[in-house]
Amino acid sequence: MSVALSNHQAIDLRETTIRKLNATLQSEDATGTWLVSHPEGRHSIAVGLTAPIDVTIDGQAGYYAGGMNQHANLVIKGNAGPGVAENMMSGAVRVEGNASMAAGATAHGGLLVIKGDAGARCGISMKGVNIVVRGSVGHMSAFMAQSGNLVVCGDAGDALGDSLYEARIFVRGTVKSLGADCEEKEMTAEDLQLLQRLLKEAGITEYSPESFRRYGSARRLYNFHVDNAAAY
Amino acid sequence: MSQSKNTPPRTTPRFSATFDQFTISEIQRAAATGIYDIRGAGTKRKLPHFDDLLFLGASISRYPLEGYRERCDTEVVLGTRFAKKPIRLKTPVTIAGMSFGALSAQAKEALGRGASAVGTSTTTGDGGMTPEERGHSSILVYQYLPSRYGMNPDDLRRADAIEVVVGQGAKPGGGGMLLGQKISPRVAKMRDLPEGIDQRSACRHPDWTGPDDLEIKIEEIREITNWEKPIYVKVGASRPYYDVSLAVKAGADVIVLDGMQGGTAATQEVFIEHVGLPILSAIRSAVQALQDLDMHRKVQLIVSGGIRSGADMAKALALGADAVAIGTAALIALGDQSPDLAEEYAKLGTVPGAYDDWQEGRDPAGITTQDPELAARLDPILGGRRIANYLSVMTMEAQAIARACGKSHLHNLEPEDMVSLTLEAAAMTRIPLAGTEWYPGKTGF
Repeated sequence: MSVALSNHQAIDLRETTIRKLNATLQSEDATGTWLVSHPEGRHSIAVGLTAPIDVTIDGQAGYYAGGMNQHANLVIKGNAGPGVAENMMSGAVRVEGNASMAAGATAHGGLLVIKGDAGARCGISMKGVNIVVRGSVGHMSAFMAQSGNLVVCGDAGDALGDSLYEARIFVRGTVKSLGADCEEKEMTAEDLQLLQRLLKEAGITEYSPESFRRYGSARRLYNFHVDNAAAY
Repeated sequence: MSQSKNTPPRTTPRFSATFDQFTISEIQRAAATGIYDIRGAGTKRKLPHFDDLLFLGASISRYPLEGYRERCDTEVVLGTRFAKKPIRLKTPVTIAGMSFGALSAQAKEALGRGASAVGTSTTTGDGGMTPEERGHSSILVYQYLPSRYGMNPDDLRRADAIEVVVGQGAKPGGGGMLLGQKISPRVAKMRDLPEGIDQRSACRHPDWTGPDDLEIKIEEIREITNWEKPIYVKVGASRPYYDVSLAVKAGADVIVLDGMQGGTAATQEVFIEHVGLPILSAIRSAVQALQDLDMHRKVQLIVSGGIRSGADMAKALALGADAVAIGTAALIALGDQSPDLAEEYAKLGTVPGAYDDWQEGRDPAGITTQDPELAARLDPILGGRRIANYLSVMTMEAQAIARACGKSHLHNLEPEDMVSLTLEAAAMTRIPLAGTEWYPGKTGF
């Protein structure tokens, strides 16, 4: 049940269903700050939000937390399951723990911050979102990434940026391997400015933009050519 | 003595059945280019199909309904399992998913107009929802595809139903493809891709794998759309019994089963012709899966892939489907393959009836193109009228058959109304061979 407290509204998922939680947070009347307690790994927490409200999830979230978010600011004070902030359009989702696979998948906008590590396929097919991972990302991250920016303060796994389009990838640590058609690019002054802004928005102050390397599309696979067949 | 008297008789030139003229031309093409052939449309090979079934009609043991006086209803309701707002089609034939990108905006508008005129639905495709399409479609199904091009929660909520696409009949296991000629500025913007690239969209969804994940994904979509919209799951016909069972388990309201005759905008010829099942062979297994789960008529089944007429529609319904969908036939109704375009087809190296280079975007009918001049040839209002006419004819044809079988609703058609003409059809459909009580696999004689 929703209980109004002094400065935030509380929803306890031991007492409330996911359906009621989402209906409440998606309501046109929803405003202000919300605390969701005892999430206990439930799926689809705070999906499809449309209002610029602040929602804190006090624990572990299951699949698709913050999915398709518009305008809301979410904080997950724990780990997040697969597809956190999938297809986010705007707003922000911050994960204080680790995130499972496909974090920020296909997201069109907004900011996804993961303070721990992210699993495989972080930023898969991303379409404009900014993703900042304080730790490392798993294999096939930014696979087919179309646009937006993926910042990795730790290391990247195998096949980073495979078949990517115009997304930019910044990695501070090591890259185990680059995927097909992904190559290291020159870090421009514009890139450094962008990186500075993204790190600041993510609340990361200890790393300088100059300590990152930039990766992007070599654009060799944009059109079919028989000589590239082995790359697919 | 003349030369001819000294020359022994020769046989006439004999072409190989194995290395027929098309095969020879394909080997020559492959050797010259080094890349597989890509084309549009569905399989062109001869397959067991609805023509291999016949209706029996009424006689002494069954009595018919009056053709022009007694009602034969056609309405179908889809999404009755979980959705708060199921959709109601006046006729059980819908327009299958085809993208803006693969088709021109005019073609999409015409499909919407035609479907709306007869009270049925049309479907978006791999490229998102256009305002024209939404505006001209009274019932619009929004596809949720692996690429998620243009996917957004506003359009999800604007849709009347949502179709999670796992696969399609022309290429089960394959992703989308749209070649650079068709990635116009508007298409590129909608898909967030660079203009003119050869777009290769994913074959698997980016954030779920397997039926357990799909169940969670469907629940997420329902949460985002207030549990209002029917959720379809579309699969290419490959393992229909298991795929249908798993889709039911994952929470689908409606299952769309697409056979290998179903078209594609662009796919490798080898994929189109050699992967997947003819729709005739898939329906009975799909219906069996629903029956085994006590979900037949509770989870609705839409069948597509080579549906051409009211007879095909009636046969699919009699096999247990709740509705059918058309794609290729709708494009033909719009003007694709028209003999009036013979001269222009000749310039493209083809003839009316065989045009399948839809991937090139040079369609003289203005349907499978993004070229503004070509697309302008298709009048969406006239096109819509042709679609409406065609859908009406299909419905009337199916009603004529149903009345002849004594049925007051198309859904009352049943397997016992039919016979098989071939052993293959009998084996695939478990409908006895004409003149017998037997089908392959049936025991107890």
